Amino acid sequence: MTSRRAVIRTMGAALGAATLPFATVRRALAAEPVKVGFVYISPISDAGWTYQHDLGRKEMEKALAGKVQTKIVENVPEGPDAERVFRELAKDGHKLVFGTSFGYMNYMVKVAQQFPNNDFEHCTGYKTGKNLGIYNGRFYEGRYLCGIAAGRMTKSNVIGFVAAFPIPEVVMAINSFIRGARSVNPKAEMRVIWANTWYDPGKERAAAGTLVAQGADVLTHHTDSTAVAQAAEEKKVWVCAYHSNMAKYAPTRQLTASEEIWGGYYTKTVGRAIDGSWKPDHVWGGIRDGMIDIAPLNDAVPADAKAQIMKAREEIASGKLHPFAGPVVDQDGKARVAAGQTITDDALSKMDYYVEGVAGKLPKA
Amino acid sequence: MPLRFEARAEASARMRYGSPLVAVLLTVAGGLVLFILLGRNPLHGFRVFFYDPVKDLYGVSELLLKATPLMLIATGLAVGFRANVWNIGAEGQFLMGAVAATGVALMFHDSTSMLVLPAMLVAGAIGGAAWAAIPAFLKTRCNTSEILVSLMLVYVAQFVVSWVVFGPWKDPQGFNFPQTVMFADSALLPVLIPGTRLTVAFLIAIAALVAGHFFMTRSYAGFQMQVTGQAEAAANYAGFSGPRTVWIGLVAGGALAGVAGMSEVAGPMGQLTDHASSGYGFAAIIVAFVGRLSALGIFFASLLMALLYMGGEQAQQHLNLPPAIGQVFQGMLLFFLLGADVFVNYRLRRSRAAP
Repeated sequence: MTSRRAVIRTMGAALGAATLPFATVRRALAAEPVKVGFVYISPISDAGWTYQHDLGRKEMEKALAGKVQTKIVENVPEGPDAERVFRELAKDGHKLVFGTSFGYMNYMVKVAQQFPNNDFEHCTGYKTGKNLGIYNGRFYEGRYLCGIAAGRMTKSNVIGFVAAFPIPEVVMAINSFIRGARSVNPKAEMRVIWANTWYDPGKERAAAGTLVAQGADVLTHHTDSTAVAQAAEEKKVWVCAYHSNMAKYAPTRQLTASEEIWGGYYTKTVGRAIDGSWKPDHVWGGIRDGMIDIAPLNDAVPADAKAQIMKAREEIASGKLHPFAGPVVDQDGKARVAAGQTITDDALSKMDYYVEGVAGKLPKA
Repeated sequence: MPLRFEARAEASARMRYGSPLVAVLLTVAGGLVLFILLGRNPLHGFRVFFYDPVKDLYGVSELLLKATPLMLIATGLAVGFRANVWNIGAEGQFLMGAVAATGVALMFHDSTSMLVLPAMLVAGAIGGAAWAAIPAFLKTRCNTSEILVSLMLVYVAQFVVSWVVFGPWKDPQGFNFPQTVMFADSALLPVLIPGTRLTVAFLIAIAALVAGHFFMTRSYAGFQMQVTGQAEAAANYAGFSGPRTVWIGLVAGGALAGVAGMSEVAGPMGQLTDHASSGYGFAAIIVAFVGRLSALGIFFASLLMALLYMGGEQAQQHLNLPPAIGQVFQGMLLFFLLGADVFVNYRLRRSRAAP
């Protein structure tokens, strides 16, 4: 796993000696299972961001059977109420508490300071502390592979993207996807509709319909519901699903899906909490770490395209291929990363421009 | 045999105040059935739901923290509701108060002056009042429905919040996430009990309740508004101004909702994010009605409502019940209250032969 972002370190240091090694060892009694809490932004449901985290939790629970006892609190909004939920879990003896949405960040920082004997792990945030670690997935790696599939399968050369909010994670996804597509089909173009919501099946569906009307014959999304996959199935266009394998919702039209796989990470991290070796870390894991992968490819994808995708997958895993290896040129023709260089993690995590091939303007201040 | 409702000649004053208690008892009974159906020990269920959240000082402070915005907003709404001015958009006014207060906090981010907080408070009140003034203006000028206009402005306010946190007020060190910087200490409300999150906003809410009580029951303007609400023709005949009632009703609600918004960003949030909207503006409508539009009633109703929120969280954590459980209790409470009110105003009669 990769240690993350130099910038964050300085911020973490400002928050209180973040990078100091944390020496206290808190060994649990062998007989007593360790209590681990999970705080989810939405209900678990049967696909999407929270569903993937819960799959990971279950896998961890199975792997560490008998040694761990987990507790879920779902549908916790990213407001002041979250602080009470984290506090309650800590007070109730949960040695390690995972928070899986960005908006918990400042509340987790506060609770972590108040409960120095509990440990906390925050997904997608950037603030750390002596008992607060952060972890995230390199979602863009899966996006790049989906992009190759889309680039090979599109006839209209128009790919539609239903996006949530213009934060770097989503912009990265858009850019990585179109770079993947154009690596095999230089005529491919991306159209983006901002739904301005993480979860609103009605809006996501309407956006999907608009993109199809604009000529898109492959859709993808960075929103949380299965609406785009379902719309693609109905409208007979391809879809690359996100977060979860949505083959159930688009049985004939899903090309593949970019998935987050948290089980391995949760097993390892909770294992460390059990044996007392847990330390706050900044983890940004990708295909190589088993944290990101793609769902099985649709049978309609030709064999040579499949081979292309699987080769790219191997190369990303081995580090030979980076979705943002230079030259990276933005949509105005300005070089953002020179040829022969690779984008830094810091630049990636602040990405606020579209690369070439994306139509329209990125919403800006 | 068909039954019908017959209006009572006069509703019993005692039962008017008794019906919230009846509703609470029925909610408890409903909860009992619910816990049994879910296979949980009802006594344990009630303990987790209604007692555990407030079993220590910290819990009580959290209850008061959660009840504070509800008290503020419901008091302002009651002023209007008593005069049949239906401000449904307190959520939007709450957000605009939060935005205005944040504007002041960011403008004076480097200041350590004692005046930053009062300025934020005033800005919050003005922000909320200005947002409520739009439906007031349209109602008095064009006779538009204040229900629709105030409600739709909630969505506009949410977009305003999104715009400022994604745009001009975004924390430059925040990796483009939609949030402002954390406020400076001079822009954070002082904490009442050390080690808790309860701020002086609670005292402001109590002051608002007292002021609201005197305005609604003891002042001439309050009396005029009540008359206007109950009998507009009579009010006009007496020379009471209809438009003035609309203006006072909406602006009072907006100003207090704005103060509530300020108390959130300057209190437990400490910044403005795109998740500032937490539904207090809508929940306060229930609070105002459960509290019979009276100050004392609102005080207790907001505590009860806050307890239902916290009980829902506890039930999820300790009883493994779904998160909707808190909302089920809130829904039961409102349903039984409205149902009980029907019987306060009507009686059930057997119909004689069909006409």
